[in-house]
Amino acid sequence: MSSFRYAVADTLVLAKRSLLRIPRAPDLLLSFTVQPIMFVLLFAYVFGGAIETPGYSYIDFLMPGIIVQTMSFGGFITALGLSEDLKKGLIDRFRSLPMSRAAVLAGRTLADITTNSISITVMLVVGVIAGFSFDAPLIHIVAGILLLLLFGYAFSWVFAFVGLTSSSPEAAQSLGFIVIFPLTFISSAFVPVESMPGALQAFAEVNPFTIVVDAMRYLFLGAPAAGNNVWGAVAWSLGIAAVFAGLSVRKYKRAVVR
Amino acid sequence: MPADFAIEAEGLRKSYKDVCALDGVDLQVPPGTVLGLLGPNGAGKTTAVRILTTLLPLDGGSARVAGLDVVREAAQLRSQIGLAGQYAAVDENLTGAENLEMVGRLYHLPKGEPRARAAELLERFELSDAADRLVRTYSGGMRRRLDLAAALVARPPVLFLDEPTTGLDPRSRIGLWETIEGRVAEGTTVLLTTQYLDEADRLADRISVIDHGRVIAEGSSDELKDQLGGERLDVTLESDADTEAAIAALEPIAAERPAAVDGVLRMPIRQRKGTIGAAVLRLNEAGVGIDDIAMSRPTLDDVFLTLTGHAAEAEGGDGAGPEGER
Repeated sequence: MSSFRYAVADTLVLAKRSLLRIPRAPDLLLSFTVQPIMFVLLFAYVFGGAIETPGYSYIDFLMPGIIVQTMSFGGFITALGLSEDLKKGLIDRFRSLPMSRAAVLAGRTLADITTNSISITVMLVVGVIAGFSFDAPLIHIVAGILLLLLFGYAFSWVFAFVGLTSSSPEAAQSLGFIVIFPLTFISSAFVPVESMPGALQAFAEVNPFTIVVDAMRYLFLGAPAAGNNVWGAVAWSLGIAAVFAGLSVRKYKRAVVR
Repeated sequence: MPADFAIEAEGLRKSYKDVCALDGVDLQVPPGTVLGLLGPNGAGKTTAVRILTTLLPLDGGSARVAGLDVVREAAQLRSQIGLAGQYAAVDENLTGAENLEMVGRLYHLPKGEPRARAAELLERFELSDAADRLVRTYSGGMRRRLDLAAALVARPPVLFLDEPTTGLDPRSRIGLWETIEGRVAEGTTVLLTTQYLDEADRLADRISVIDHGRVIAEGSSDELKDQLGGERLDVTLESDADTEAAIAALEPIAAERPAAVDGVLRMPIRQRKGTIGAAVLRLNEAGVGIDDIAMSRPTLDDVFLTLTGHAAEAEGGDGAGPEGER
């Protein structure tokens, strides 16, 4: 077998390992099922009435934004898992095996795609019950879901780096939260960018979250309020994935047990 | 493999920031033998294992394992080694069988082999009954056995065991020792780090004593003990007040002046024959009461204490975490 085929086979072995964990530690399941539902309901019914979204009902405005936010956090399972593996010496074992240097990371990020798919499904069902309706051709909706998964995959690599860098699983989780949470709010995800003060507005307009959220509004709702940069969103996702995959694999090769 | 040694290291150097972990370590392990790397916490044992298993780059020197260079031929080298760590590196959310199968797949064993090997090893390590239970339900000893089994999945010719029995109960320790001895009997080369002298004494063909990143003594257990001189007579007195009188009484038949260590009088002897009788006679004449008297050889403990100036078993360690040595 070629080394590329070994790398693919190793990655699948490790992705399977990550997925087996989910039904066995079901508390983890809450964070990508119950938590997104909670957020949809809180925003739709608590804040929704107070936020002006010209051209959209709030639930329509909200859904693309909140799903993008959820995707960006889906990768925390990778951070958590890698940090635990480091702590328990499993990374040492993997690094002493004649396996691909990228497989541990690629396996985990691949597994995140499955959990992210579950999140998307749950959120869309809850959204539709709360009044969300698609206004786009089927091909756009499918493309939108693929874009969400791609964006989530890119952030799994961000979290892979966070997991390999932080000192404990707890630190990994809070570091990820501190860095990414504000970014998702200073964007067009929950409120129209125009409603923000000048400096924030300037940041929000170039924030990749805004670009991806706007792309999602275009794909799910048709007529865009501000831009429909689908290719920009794809480019950002690929760029983030490439940069953080490179950084993470580099870090992994030197990873030492803590 | 034409190499004379299964593990060979020359002048290994490694520093972490300003801390020197290894300061020129040489090791040579002939195939099919066990080298015990003995030293206190922080001596550099784990660092040496990490370099030899390609986990850490070295700052200086060179090393070959199974004839392969740890830097230039790291990828090929990894298929020749097994590593079992200080703490059980197994996945808690997989079953015992799944853990071993995963490792077998990652060693790229032929199809079907990982599962067969897993079953075989679970049987050998008396884990068959727990094969399909999640590892998080395992006891510490069971995890450690599974960890060692994982290191053996690919039948590697060279095995690195980093403090394999730290934190185990005595029964599990002996079980693990027997397993290691079994592997060696089948021709496996083992590098074993330990802070337990009895473990090195029992398992190792040769021992390298390491302290502050340097090998300070090397040899078989017997050779190391002989460095401290041969046999001696240990006398425990009924009263410590008699110590000076006892030393004076025994000095004429001793090889060197006897010394009191921890309330026991240690007398290096000239010859074994007749010494106990002569000693008892002389102490009786001097009116010194004897509580206990026996011939003894230096233990590895004595060797260690003499060489490093501190005791080996500083702490037992619970084996739960990676703290301590780096």
